[in-house]
Amino acid sequence: MTDTTSDGPMLAADGTPLKKSLARALRLQKMRALMLIAPLLIFVLVSFIIPIVSMLMRSVENDIVVETLPLTVAELQSWDADSGELPDEPVYAAFVGDMVVAIDAKRHTRLGTRLNYEQTGMSSLFRKSGRKIKRMDPAADAPFKDKLIDVDKKWGDVETWRVIKTHSPRVTNGYFLNAVDMRRTPEGAQSQPEDKRILVKLFVRTLIMSLIITGSCILLGYPVAWILANLPMRTANILMILVLLPFWTSLLVRTSAWKVMLQQQGVINEFLVWLGMVADDSRLVMINNQTGTIIAMTHILLPFMILPMYSVMQTIQPTYLRAAKSMGATNWTAFWRVYFPLSIPGIGAGSILVFILAIGYYITPEIVGGTKGVFISNRIAYHISSSLNWGLAAALGTILLVVVLILYWAYDKIVGIDNVKLG
Amino acid sequence: MAALTPISRKPMSLVLPTVAAAGGLLGLFVGTANDSGFLGIVIGAAIVTALAALYIFALKNEQMSKWISILIFLALGFFVGGIPAAILGALAGWFFHWFTYWMYEGRYRQRLLPYLTPSQVLWHYGFRVICGAIFVFLITPILVVIPLSFNSQDFFTYTPEMLRFDPAGYSLKHYQDFFTNNEWQRSFKNSLIIAPIATVISVSLGTLAAIGLSQSHVPGRRAIMAIMISPMIVPLIISATGMFFFYSSIGNWMEGTLGLSKNFVGYVKVVLAHAVLGIPFVIITVTATLVGFDRSLTRAAANMGANPVTTFFRVQMPLILPGVISGGLFAFITSFDEVVVVLFVGSASQKTLPWQMFTGLREQISPTILAVATILVVISIALLTTVELLRRRSERLRGMSPG
Repeated sequence: MTDTTSDGPMLAADGTPLKKSLARALRLQKMRALMLIAPLLIFVLVSFIIPIVSMLMRSVENDIVVETLPLTVAELQSWDADSGELPDEPVYAAFVGDMVVAIDAKRHTRLGTRLNYEQTGMSSLFRKSGRKIKRMDPAADAPFKDKLIDVDKKWGDVETWRVIKTHSPRVTNGYFLNAVDMRRTPEGAQSQPEDKRILVKLFVRTLIMSLIITGSCILLGYPVAWILANLPMRTANILMILVLLPFWTSLLVRTSAWKVMLQQQGVINEFLVWLGMVADDSRLVMINNQTGTIIAMTHILLPFMILPMYSVMQTIQPTYLRAAKSMGATNWTAFWRVYFPLSIPGIGAGSILVFILAIGYYITPEIVGGTKGVFISNRIAYHISSSLNWGLAAALGTILLVVVLILYWAYDKIVGIDNVKLG
Repeated sequence: MAALTPISRKPMSLVLPTVAAAGGLLGLFVGTANDSGFLGIVIGAAIVTALAALYIFALKNEQMSKWISILIFLALGFFVGGIPAAILGALAGWFFHWFTYWMYEGRYRQRLLPYLTPSQVLWHYGFRVICGAIFVFLITPILVVIPLSFNSQDFFTYTPEMLRFDPAGYSLKHYQDFFTNNEWQRSFKNSLIIAPIATVISVSLGTLAAIGLSQSHVPGRRAIMAIMISPMIVPLIISATGMFFFYSSIGNWMEGTLGLSKNFVGYVKVVLAHAVLGIPFVIITVTATLVGFDRSLTRAAANMGANPVTTFFRVQMPLILPGVISGGLFAFITSFDEVVVVLFVGSASQKTLPWQMFTGLREQISPTILAVATILVVISIALLTTVELLRRRSERLRGMSPG
């Protein structure tokens, strides 16, 4: 490298070795880049990533039992849940002691609600017993075993104690088991009773409907992308507006438009009745069911399919098709063997994007989906805001997020996250 | 595509059946509306074929035949269903006249390559019809709400008065409701407060980070990029619940320890939450613009003694401005259009326009929503135009031909 300047390393103007100088310059450049990135990175990490991770941690957190009933949980350790016999007096005494403290702090109903997710009836048991246990004195009124069974005969049921013991650890897989329609029992994981199994069905429905939506987006998007890529620039740009306008229009506007169109007294039904295609008394039911969700979401997500497909198809030379045809290929062969394989990256990019967006959708299913057309997101929202079963919501959210992240990773591998194009 | 294919008149054995089929199709619709589909097909086909034969064999004057067919169909339409049908009829008349001559003169071949077989020609036009139908599917829902918002009734469908173009069927009362109703006005104002501030935050932080990311030798570039894009990828409901727990504790802290007013804290929470959601769009558009940025320009500026800040504002910023602005518009629309997060993070006094629409759609469904929807469509048209103009400008700046 330094053949001409006899000996020693090459020097920069200020006398330091060039390599060192270069390394310093690079380090400075790196530092400067990181300084520019840092504010945003910290902002996103603190206000987005960490909140989500800590929310997801709720799916395994289970402090409430051990914090509300610390003595009872300690006593229950020595009780054999499989023996079929009731726990001994110390457990009952500890329980009354814990409950008196909890009732003072008004925490016993929260525990009841928590255990009610696992065993129905626990909530009312804790509420009712709470009123009577309040009057007991943990020091003077011993022994408690019979008194408690007098208060409510469920305290004389081995099952009640088994539930408390099963759900006493601080970290639980119970919510995840619930999320896949199973439950944590003393005998290990078991499936829920038939009438409570709705979540797996909901997951499957979300998946299937997202696939249908993705499929119909491919079917509708491919011809449009093709024609946009093959028309002269000027015409294509005008037609592009028809794709971009829905893309830029508020989601709620489009959803309300579909509500207006699909109703039984809506525009489509009125039009069909006017044409005589549909009898007045047998109007099509297109809203508050899966059809409504699929139609509206296909429309809403279609631009996300067309735009990536279009940007890939733009790069395919039309001469390839002509070359294939000149060598004797039929139209179909030329398309299927030459054009289609070249357009697959576009289909892949669009499909993953649409699928990721579809699987987590909330607003549109909520408005046009009724009860049959809702997604897993709607269930999560229900558990967060109505039933307040945050652990289950977090578990459902974790499963959903894992699916999405796998797809995101695949998208990154196939398309590269830098190559996402908007508009 | 410009290859001019010589065209010749087509035989009647092709023209008449095609035209008759088109007439039959129209007749089918008119027929079913009047309880006899079959009769409709026959009559429609007969009328159209007769007219076509008349033009071709007897009249031989294209201009005159155009007016004849428009008038005939207009009269027929008026006879069948009043003014709306008359207008449709006039359009149909114009179409059939055009279609007849298009077929007869062989004009459909004009713009195609000369060697295409008839089935290829058929596919060519069939494909365009399919695409047209998809475009209609894309745009109809947006167009349908616009006239409906002028409905004088509280209905969500076209009233007979509207279809008759009776002025009594139209009114501005839903707009009036929007502009006078306190609920709507407050939510509109909230949206106008929250979205711009959130946009400013995400644009300023996002642009800086995008510039940082575009430097060579950034350690962990992919991971950083993935983290910054993630607000776009993570399902909104999960982001919303995560932020719900985070911002409720932050909010309590700000109210309790810093003693800020509840209302102010509410806005801060929603603005920050929306800023995060807008960031991926800024990052994506600005990085895309920076790909075409010639780095030697900053070196040249530095060479001539400009410090990094001057270089940024005088050299780099003007060149990447289109990307920054379109990223900002994306961020703006994201915040302006966002429901789920504000539903979880905000409280009633931060109710935004989409939130109000969402409750309106779920509970007390009022036609004012359609007026709001129309206003939003107009806003989005304005935004779309801006982005499109910026994109062209940016391509011109980079020396590409505007597409």
